[in-house]
Amino acid sequence: MSTHVPAGYKWWTGGKSPYNVSYGKLMMWIFLLSDTFTFGALLISYGTIRVSQNYWPDPNHVFNAFPLMGHANLPLAFVSLMTFILIMSSVTMVLAVHEGHKRNRAGVEKWLLWTILGGSLFLSCQAWEWTHMITGSHAVLVDGQIKEIGATITQNPYGPAVPGLMHDGHAVTTPGPVGFGGFFFGITGFHGFHVFSGVCLLVLAFVWTKMGRFDNLGHYEMIEKIGLYWHFVDLVWVFVFLCFYLI
Amino acid sequence: MSNEIAVQHGVIPHEVHEHHDGHHHHETFITKYVFSQDHKMIAKQFLITGIIWAIVGGLMSVLFRIQLGYPDATLPWLEDIFGHWAKDGKIQPEFYYALGTMHGTILVFFVLTAGLSGTFANLLIPYQVGARDMASPFMNMLSYWFFVLASIIIMASLFVQTGPASGGWTVYPPLSALGDASQGSKIGMDLWLISMAMFVVSQLLGGLNYVSTILNMRTKGMTMTRLPLTIWAILFTAILGILSFPVLFSGFILLLFDRHLGTSFYLSDIVLGGNILPNEGGSPILYQHLFWFLGHPEVYIIILPTMGLVSEVMSINARKPIFGYMAMIASMFAIALLAFLVWAHHMFVTGLNPFLGSVFVLLTLLIAVPSAIKVFNWITTLWRGNIRFTPGMLFCVGFVSMFISGGLTGIFLGNSTLDLHLHDTYFVIAHFHIVMGVSAFMGMFAGIYHWFPKMYGRYMNNTMGYIHFWVTMVCAYVIFWPMHYEGFAGMPRRYYDYSGWESFKHFVELNRVISFAAILSFLVQLMFVFNFFYSIFKGRKVTTQNPWGANTLEWTTPIRPGHGNWPGEIPEVHRWAYDYGKDGKDFIPQTEPVGKDESTH
Repeated sequence: MSTHVPAGYKWWTGGKSPYNVSYGKLMMWIFLLSDTFTFGALLISYGTIRVSQNYWPDPNHVFNAFPLMGHANLPLAFVSLMTFILIMSSVTMVLAVHEGHKRNRAGVEKWLLWTILGGSLFLSCQAWEWTHMITGSHAVLVDGQIKEIGATITQNPYGPAVPGLMHDGHAVTTPGPVGFGGFFFGITGFHGFHVFSGVCLLVLAFVWTKMGRFDNLGHYEMIEKIGLYWHFVDLVWVFVFLCFYLI
Repeated sequence: MSNEIAVQHGVIPHEVHEHHDGHHHHETFITKYVFSQDHKMIAKQFLITGIIWAIVGGLMSVLFRIQLGYPDATLPWLEDIFGHWAKDGKIQPEFYYALGTMHGTILVFFVLTAGLSGTFANLLIPYQVGARDMASPFMNMLSYWFFVLASIIIMASLFVQTGPASGGWTVYPPLSALGDASQGSKIGMDLWLISMAMFVVSQLLGGLNYVSTILNMRTKGMTMTRLPLTIWAILFTAILGILSFPVLFSGFILLLFDRHLGTSFYLSDIVLGGNILPNEGGSPILYQHLFWFLGHPEVYIIILPTMGLVSEVMSINARKPIFGYMAMIASMFAIALLAFLVWAHHMFVTGLNPFLGSVFVLLTLLIAVPSAIKVFNWITTLWRGNIRFTPGMLFCVGFVSMFISGGLTGIFLGNSTLDLHLHDTYFVIAHFHIVMGVSAFMGMFAGIYHWFPKMYGRYMNNTMGYIHFWVTMVCAYVIFWPMHYEGFAGMPRRYYDYSGWESFKHFVELNRVISFAAILSFLVQLMFVFNFFYSIFKGRKVTTQNPWGANTLEWTTPIRPGHGNWPGEIPEVHRWAYDYGKDGKDFIPQTEPVGKDESTH
């Protein structure tokens, strides 16, 4: 497409966009830059608090459950599935944008539906994971008493083990740093909210496509803009995944 | 598709507006004055809302200056108005802290950020880059209404039983995080946080619009280096806002969690009212980092637009090109970049690692270089100029004076060793009020007096303008100059009554002088407000299209332009904005093609 542009063409002389993009796409890019700082601030806050603690739970130990698998120890298996789903939804998003370039309404509708499905599945997985963590019960030694608690924003059962103390066949631990739950639920929740907003936008785009709005406009740029947002949310997840599950 | 030159969505709104040019009678009162999408009207909405906030915020300072100047006085009328907040005619300590907090919040955010950028970015960007309107007029309208929403929420917080936030405008935890810690940490604090979240949304919507309009919608021939300095200043301001407000937003989210969900982001090892709180592992210093990562760029968000306004108004009224146009842009770029790298100089006394502190000292003092370049450029612009002392021009000169005075004391505070002594004293109050409070107001007034004819098709009254300038100028120095001495003597800020302190009781009469000047200065601002509103309806009418003999594009529009600004084609630009006194001509507008034998600048 760059063949349309003659050599030595001056982009910055006014009367046209220097990046050859519409203002809407430009705004989306700038917004994403801004949102990067929102997530950046949250993740750096998490990092500073985490390194200030003497102990932090091992993610392989915390995230080892899988639906319908009982107490099987499957470290990071479920979150890998979640990540795979979200990344696949980025692929289907690319295909939707591609069909939009070809102005193929049926193709756009199809791939938007797959993307909506992927996003919704991811959110459902997150809901299951949260529920599992909050309602889970771990034997924790609090003030000399063994209590069965789950992980919430105010309590953390994943502390260091108490040597030699067992309860119902499990090692008893002391409470872990409370910051774990606050940051985990806070940041994955904030990311999940972004995914949720993205799914809402996709549904809106689907309805608009169905109504023929973009065919009337003559272009599917709205799909591209939502696509930018969707890929960004995926990219953020990669960092969230790195910071909470891998490190 | 979007990679083809022919398809250029940014231009589509132009065509739409051109199409609508002859149809203004379709506008209803609601679409024209309330939910307007015209950048000019939105600018006026921001300005008038900002003026209302400035009166409220200024009045608050008058009230706490009464307390500081007359700590022993009993004023029954205060109780008549404020009830239990001024029991027995004395301003209560909780009221005093709330007044100080809200004065800071209102002036910093609602007046000098939204009121200032909102007004002049909206007014000048489309006018001066040569566009029919902002990139997205709808988002522009939303930006204003989110600001109104933020305004309503914070205004409401003034009327709740326990009062508004009162832990200082920086709302540091743990005080702000614990509802039981003080009156002002209860519902008032929640309203403050929610209001500020709405404010961040408003800033983001506005900022996205400003940047994309400046980049995408310049008229033909308007290269970046032909843009007036106002537009460059607004561009840097908008970028600062887009990158720093989200960090503040994150900080506020965590603070709200700590307040209501029992998390421990900022809290650890606290005993409150004899009870040991369960929170542990958090860090209040973390909040300070997040806050000042916005908080420092914020002072440049306030001062950069006024630097642009002053450069423009000064060049026009000195009838000379602005001295060092490219140096001005480079300085603003340097300031914008350094703005992000100096935040910890607000935190020298937090136990910051001294080595880290020395890095921040270096970066902070580096800002003196671009700032000094700008100051010398303004002085050199004035040098041998053919100066017209309009009220706008006087305020420009006042701006430079204030910026120098306040900037020099910044060098004191930027040194961590000196800051250990001066931190949280009246020296700091004096420094930042002069350099970003009074300076920014001076620049804003310069802009208002100068562009009032473009906004309303009438002039403001000059005599009142001159009185306004001189009284403001004198009062500003009478108020803030003595505060430096008080600060050197160690007088801390935010205290309720200094007369009971052996070290500070000799300042009681000095404080009274300051309070007197503060009240006088407030009354003169009321005169300005009267002048403003009176002139909208009764001011001398503008009869020529270009009353100041200025070069920029806004003066090529009709005296009272409709939505779309230019009735015909948007003019093409052929030169920079500062050809004043060139080749024997008083001024050459940007729209005039460069002549064959014209000298180069």
